[in-house]
Amino acid sequence: MGRKELGLAVLIVAIAAITATLNPQFLSTVNLMNMANLIGLFGIFSIGQGLIVITGGIDLSVGSMFALLGVVFLDLTANMGVAWPIAVLVVLALGLLMGLVHGLLVTRLGLQPFVVTLCGLLIYRGAARYYTGDSTISLGYAEGLDGLAWLAAGRSYGVPHSFFALVIVAVIVGVVLHRSVFGRYLFAVGRNEEAARYSGIRTGAVVTGAYVLGGLLAGISALLLVFYTSSVSPSSFGNFYELYAIAAAVLGGCSLRGGEGSVLGIVLGTVLLQVLQNLVNILGIPSSLNFAVMGGVILIGALADRQLARRRSAPARVAAKGAVAAAE
Amino acid sequence: MLLELEGIGKSYPGVRALDDVSLHLAAGEVLGLVGENGAGKSTLMKVLGGVVRPDAGRIRLHGRDFPQLSVAEAGAQGIAFVHQELSVFDNLDVAANVLMGREPVWGGPLRLVDRRAARAAVAPLLARLGADFGPEAPVATLSIAQRQMVEIARALSMQARIIILDEPTSSLTLSETDRLLATIAALREAGTGIIYISHRLGEITTCADRVTCLRDGRVVGHLARGEINHATMTRLMIGRDLKSLYTPPAAVPREGGGLRIEGLVTEAFPDRSIDLALRPGEILGLAGLVGAGRTSLARALFGVEPALAGRISLGGEELRIGSPREAIAQGIYLVPEDRKRSGLVLDMSIAENVSLPDLDGHARAGLVSGGSEARAAEAQRQSLRIRAPGVAVRAGTLSGGNQQKVVLGKWLAMRPRALIFDEPTRGVDVGAKGEIYALMRGLADRGVAVLMISSDMEEVIGVSDRVAVMHEGRIAGTLARHEVNEPNILRLATGQRPEQHMATVEAV
Repeated sequence: MGRKELGLAVLIVAIAAITATLNPQFLSTVNLMNMANLIGLFGIFSIGQGLIVITGGIDLSVGSMFALLGVVFLDLTANMGVAWPIAVLVVLALGLLMGLVHGLLVTRLGLQPFVVTLCGLLIYRGAARYYTGDSTISLGYAEGLDGLAWLAAGRSYGVPHSFFALVIVAVIVGVVLHRSVFGRYLFAVGRNEEAARYSGIRTGAVVTGAYVLGGLLAGISALLLVFYTSSVSPSSFGNFYELYAIAAAVLGGCSLRGGEGSVLGIVLGTVLLQVLQNLVNILGIPSSLNFAVMGGVILIGALADRQLARRRSAPARVAAKGAVAAAE
Repeated sequence: MLLELEGIGKSYPGVRALDDVSLHLAAGEVLGLVGENGAGKSTLMKVLGGVVRPDAGRIRLHGRDFPQLSVAEAGAQGIAFVHQELSVFDNLDVAANVLMGREPVWGGPLRLVDRRAARAAVAPLLARLGADFGPEAPVATLSIAQRQMVEIARALSMQARIIILDEPTSSLTLSETDRLLATIAALREAGTGIIYISHRLGEITTCADRVTCLRDGRVVGHLARGEINHATMTRLMIGRDLKSLYTPPAAVPREGGGLRIEGLVTEAFPDRSIDLALRPGEILGLAGLVGAGRTSLARALFGVEPALAGRISLGGEELRIGSPREAIAQGIYLVPEDRKRSGLVLDMSIAENVSLPDLDGHARAGLVSGGSEARAAEAQRQSLRIRAPGVAVRAGTLSGGNQQKVVLGKWLAMRPRALIFDEPTRGVDVGAKGEIYALMRGLADRGVAVLMISSDMEEVIGVSDRVAVMHEGRIAGTLARHEVNEPNILRLATGQRPEQHMATVEAV
């Protein structure tokens, strides 16, 4: 566990302890499992966002992807009666495809990630609303989805499945990012694309790979979210979720300049965001203040991190200078 | 006396960066400051610039004593820097750069920039420097030499009385260097005091009135005009005599095989083609002026900018090189000119940098084996004598010479067949230079074809077995070892024929 992750964990524990003291309900099983469910739902696509941020990119389109993939899934299952395994595959393939398109637009055509995914945000949202004539589709009419519903929104040993899903995704992506060749390439490309290319790395493929993985994780999240809300209203489903994901990634130590971040950090970032959300509810703070609390805490976190980094590097910098002077 | 430093000392934990350093500079004088990297030149200049506060000593400027300077005081006292790494704004025009922070304004509280006044103020400065561009020229369109001129104009516009030039010619062509030296002579005539820091002892010999030499943070010698020569300065800098650079190959390079380039057309010169043969086991120096197409050739060979036409073959086998990945697969490696940008990921460790091009070789089932890469990197650290406490150290914390060795380590850990060095010792100190030359020779002796692009004449003459000279996108001629000398290289580089041995110049 790095210093950033440790600091984040301490912060989470501190906030949780304060909240629990003010309202012991915070630690009730119902509340904890409710939080675990949300952490699972938000964590998965935040990890996808983190991968893209590590390449030096950003994905603004995930919230709109949820709306479009959600209505496609419900239309296939509820209106057309398509068997759910096929519908699931279609949704995952679509997510993957959107990621691929983003990746290719960024690497092949040299567009900026912000622009590409901002257009994605607008296009997918518009497409979702047009697709359904702006009306809400509900899960209620679909048949034969019980098995999938249990998988996506059920609980085992009292723990929501979405949380298990996050654990599995985090472990797999964690190994990929921190142990695999592809992961090393991601960091190298995010840090210094040119040096990576000069080392024989197919930098375009690596960056595209991050977007594809991000798209796939967004597809999985879309399915879980559909079963969480059991209906999709295309104009509001997934609104602002890309910002939660970016916030979680940044809180978790991903630098928007690229080349920095960890899966554990992103998961902890997600946990912190959900604890804050929960704290607003459980302490009876007006829920309209929700975003303001979150923004305030992120800002304070960023400031504290900056100050700590400065204090840490102040003696280190002098030592480094001396060492460099001595080594040269 | 413009400037007197007395007993300046500066310590960092564990390191004495400056120890009792004294020097002085008079108006209308050029002081050459030499010393290996890490000798304390940069720290001393930071003291003068007000960036670093000395622990001991006294700075006397125009007869006024300062225990230490702030950045603002340094500026106010007329000290100006022309940096090694240029600090111009290339998105603005020349006038804006020269007057940055001191723009003439009009419109009262609106403080609009008075462009006409700015240009009128900058034009005479440029004229004084003999610049061939105007104040309205966008800096993005200027060459590095011209940008340097912009920095000097900026120093003049601040009424600088002391100008410090730090490695000003490391990116300049020969004629640009001559012009810079002429500019310096003109500034000296006008009474400006100049501190000239350079590794290129030839330039110091040409322009300096006196030389101060630093070693390990101490002044090891002051030389008067008559005592300035290569041998004396080198001996003072490294504390011993430098033995001759040139090491002949252990075995005669084999004919045939090697890297063959036929009719190669690069993007930089679409109407010129290049033919060149590089034998296994030799070091072929590639000389020429900056912009003659040498780097384009290297980029084409390495697949960064694939060639438009022509054939490249290695060991008799024709290659298709469309990307660095394909070049690397064939054993053609490049040690690039800008190692911080293209050679290394500075934020990664030595081990991670060394293993980067061959990561699959250090992985099983797609997972990297940290032990395997650490062992490979450690082997390189020891054989290349990279000065670092371990291979987990960030590459960015190393000195220039050691960074260059890490770049080399990347390739030596693999199987090189042809190795291209683009300016291999830029920003590398004298001691490390010798080590890098020895490594190049060792590679050649193992049968690797080595192509060395260099603008450093001493290096080209001292290291190469043969020298090919480029002029405007084509090979102007190739010189055998016994024909390699400065006049011959210069003639070819400027498009003339070499004076003697005309017949023996290989027609390629």
